[in-house]
Amino acid sequence: MEHIPIKVAMVGQPNVGKSSLINSISDAHLHVGNFAGVTVEKMEVETRYCDEEGCCEYDITIVDLPGAYSLRDFTLEERVTRDFLLNEDYDLIIDVVDSTHLQRNLLLSAELLELGRKMIVVLNMNDEALKEGIEIDEKQLSVILGVPVIKTSAKTSEGLDELKRLIAEVYKKQETDSKIVYSDFIEEEIEHLVRFFSERHYKSDIPLRHLAIRLLKEDTAIYRKMHEEPIWIELLPVLREALEHIYLHTGKKDIEEIFNDEHFAFAKGAKMEAMSTKSMRAHNLTQKIDNLLIHPYLGIPIFLFFMWALFQLTFTLGALPMEWIGATFDWMADLSKELLGESALSSLVADGILSGVGAVVSFLPNIVILFLGIAFLETTGYMARVAFLLDGFFHKFGLHGKSFIPLVTGFGCTVPAYMAARTLKSRSDRMITLFILGFMSCSARIPIYVLFAGAFFSRDDAGNILFLIYIGGALLGLVAAKILRMTAFKGEDDPFVMEMPKYRMPSLKLIYHVVYGQAKDYLNKAGTFILMASILIWFASNYPKNPQLEALYQQKIERSFSQEEKQSLQAQLQSKKMQESYLGIVGRFSEPFFAPLGMDWKMGVALETGLAAKEVVVSTLGVLYSLGEDIDEENSSLQESLKKNISLPAAVAFIVFVMLYIPCFASMAVFVREAGGWRYLGYLFLMTTAVAWSLSFIAYNSVKLFL
Amino acid sequence: MKLTELKQGEEAVIVNIDANSELRNRLLSFGLAAGERLSVKGHSLAKQTIEIEIDGTLIALRREEADKIEVKRP
Ligand SMILES: Nc1nc2c(ncn2[C@@H]2O[C@H](COP(=O)(O)OP(=O)(O)OP(=O)(O)O)[C@@H](O)[C@H]2O)c(=O)[nH]1
Ligand SMILES: [Mg+2]
Repeated sequence: MEHIPIKVAMVGQPNVGKSSLINSISDAHLHVGNFAGVTVEKMEVETRYCDEEGCCEYDITIVDLPGAYSLRDFTLEERVTRDFLLNEDYDLIIDVVDSTHLQRNLLLSAELLELGRKMIVVLNMNDEALKEGIEIDEKQLSVILGVPVIKTSAKTSEGLDELKRLIAEVYKKQETDSKIVYSDFIEEEIEHLVRFFSERHYKSDIPLRHLAIRLLKEDTAIYRKMHEEPIWIELLPVLREALEHIYLHTGKKDIEEIFNDEHFAFAKGAKMEAMSTKSMRAHNLTQKIDNLLIHPYLGIPIFLFFMWALFQLTFTLGALPMEWIGATFDWMADLSKELLGESALSSLVADGILSGVGAVVSFLPNIVILFLGIAFLETTGYMARVAFLLDGFFHKFGLHGKSFIPLVTGFGCTVPAYMAARTLKSRSDRMITLFILGFMSCSARIPIYVLFAGAFFSRDDAGNILFLIYIGGALLGLVAAKILRMTAFKGEDDPFVMEMPKYRMPSLKLIYHVVYGQAKDYLNKAGTFILMASILIWFASNYPKNPQLEALYQQKIERSFSQEEKQSLQAQLQSKKMQESYLGIVGRFSEPFFAPLGMDWKMGVALETGLAAKEVVVSTLGVLYSLGEDIDEENSSLQESLKKNISLPAAVAFIVFVMLYIPCFASMAVFVREAGGWRYLGYLFLMTTAVAWSLSFIAYNSVKLFL
Repeated sequence: MKLTELKQGEEAVIVNIDANSELRNRLLSFGLAAGERLSVKGHSLAKQTIEIEIDGTLIALRREEADKIEVKRP
């Protein structure tokens, strides 16, 4: 069978269901959310279509592009789409349209039609259109646009097989009949120009009509090209005259505005002809929910309540499975010690791998609950509402309301959050958001908080502490934003215009994918990166060995009489050994830096390894505190040994430091790319470390004062 | 009159949008153009941001932007 590759560009306005559609026709799991600007990077997905009759198989590559309201670039992610469409290679465009907002979506379709490429228009969300009593005559619309039109629903999978068939069919066509009809006075000029070219047998690589339109639209690329050609001399006066006519007719001098009006009229006309509304049941529900959720006075308290509830759940609901997982790993550690005897290998397995990885894995339930909360925020449509509520407040702090979206993403993971900042148009807004994103505690820090909150505060308070930590980080971010706005990134204010999607119930499938995907990622990381880190830390805390020291203590222990003395000698030996290990050497070196914060060298080392990733902090603590102390005690969970070895003020200082210093290596790499330079990473590192240290210092001393 | 002068629930027709071309283009993409009908659906504290509906789409605008949109009662 013949294999034919097809490359398809998925284009459309934001939030029309492009990514959902791709997920439904292939088995991809692209990120989907109910707000504008979910996809900010192009992503390729492969699927197949088998044409039984033609006996050939199509390998279809679909390129998911960020949603764009128009091709005149506005934000960074819209530029990604525009650049792809203009400069890269693809066979056809799928223009996804939200059937419930036909007119507005057709504005973009008009721009796409002008590109003169093969195209299919997909009327997505047909299920919603039916519910809202909207009827679209797709045959009629297809006649108007000159390209195939098909109804689909990513939710019910309606029309998806047909879409694949259509892709193959359109691919086989020689040329597109795409057309957009302008007002008569423009059509006249187009005709005029086309005649001019054909009379001179001008050879163009795009259809003459498109050439004429692009010339009239004053498309710089085409001007540059024509400028090189001999025909230019003759063309110039003809073109000038054509434009004069158009100016005269419209009374306007701005060609872009004139064509905008044309598109608008075209979209409106097409909608009038192809669409009818039977009833207006549309927005009642959304309106009712909005009356409460974006209430001027109640809106923000309601939002804060949701966040508080989420953190309570994260802590309490996560606690149970956490204990089971922890117990399982402890049991495995004991078992391996029994099986392997006291040896370097058993220590590596039990104290290194199992304590390190186990400490991280036991927080899986907390992480999943948090991501579930974020998924609800993203998929219901509430996200845009909160951005709406907070814009006024954010604006006072020099932030943009839309910054809220990357900030919330940052509660999950800082890496995608840095990328989500692309939806901010002004550079200063974007830079400020990038700089303060690290203050939003990412989910990888949850294990540390849960560990410390559980160890140092009562069970009932722990959820509140978690909430306070997050709110505290966010408020600090606001203050930092204000300072950055007044000093480093002055810049102009950017307008705030944002679409508010209607409320949608997230499907079970979507929720399942979020839980499954996040759990898989987390365990993957625990099984690879954290595993390696744990081994490394185990090694660095056990070597180099010092046989003399051990022999010396062994003698002392043998000579001692009381059990107590033996134990204390044993403990002394362990801590001596650790201090002389590689890790101990590093720890001692950086000890003066952390000493004013009340932290011992172990905590300092844990923070340092946390530069790689925040999960490593927990595994470092797991390894360091499982090795050192309490060898004879049977029940020595990490929480208890922390409680025994760390004072409350130092613990608070530790939490504050973790809240504020730089997230991880992966995020640093992305930050450099998004901010546009290594030097910004230098600034970020200095800023976060300075803030973390000073606030940690203040926290340590004030807690000490209170006690 | 200005869009910001409308009360919640009121309907109006856009007369003119007095903004730079970038913002005007963006508003146009949302369906906001002279002659179109809109209604005010809600606002945040002290009318800092306003929610309007136009052709079935809900749009949030900051006060400064809303001030640039001139409307008249139908
Ligand atoms: N009812 C219904 N909802 C849909 C359909 N397609 C998508 N959705 C929902 O619409 C929202 C947006 O979907 P996405 O796939 O993220 O939209 P997108 O076009 O990729 O958006 P951007 O990446 O922001 O440009 C999600 O909440 C989807 O669940 C559909 O056919 N029917
Ligand atoms: Mg998408």
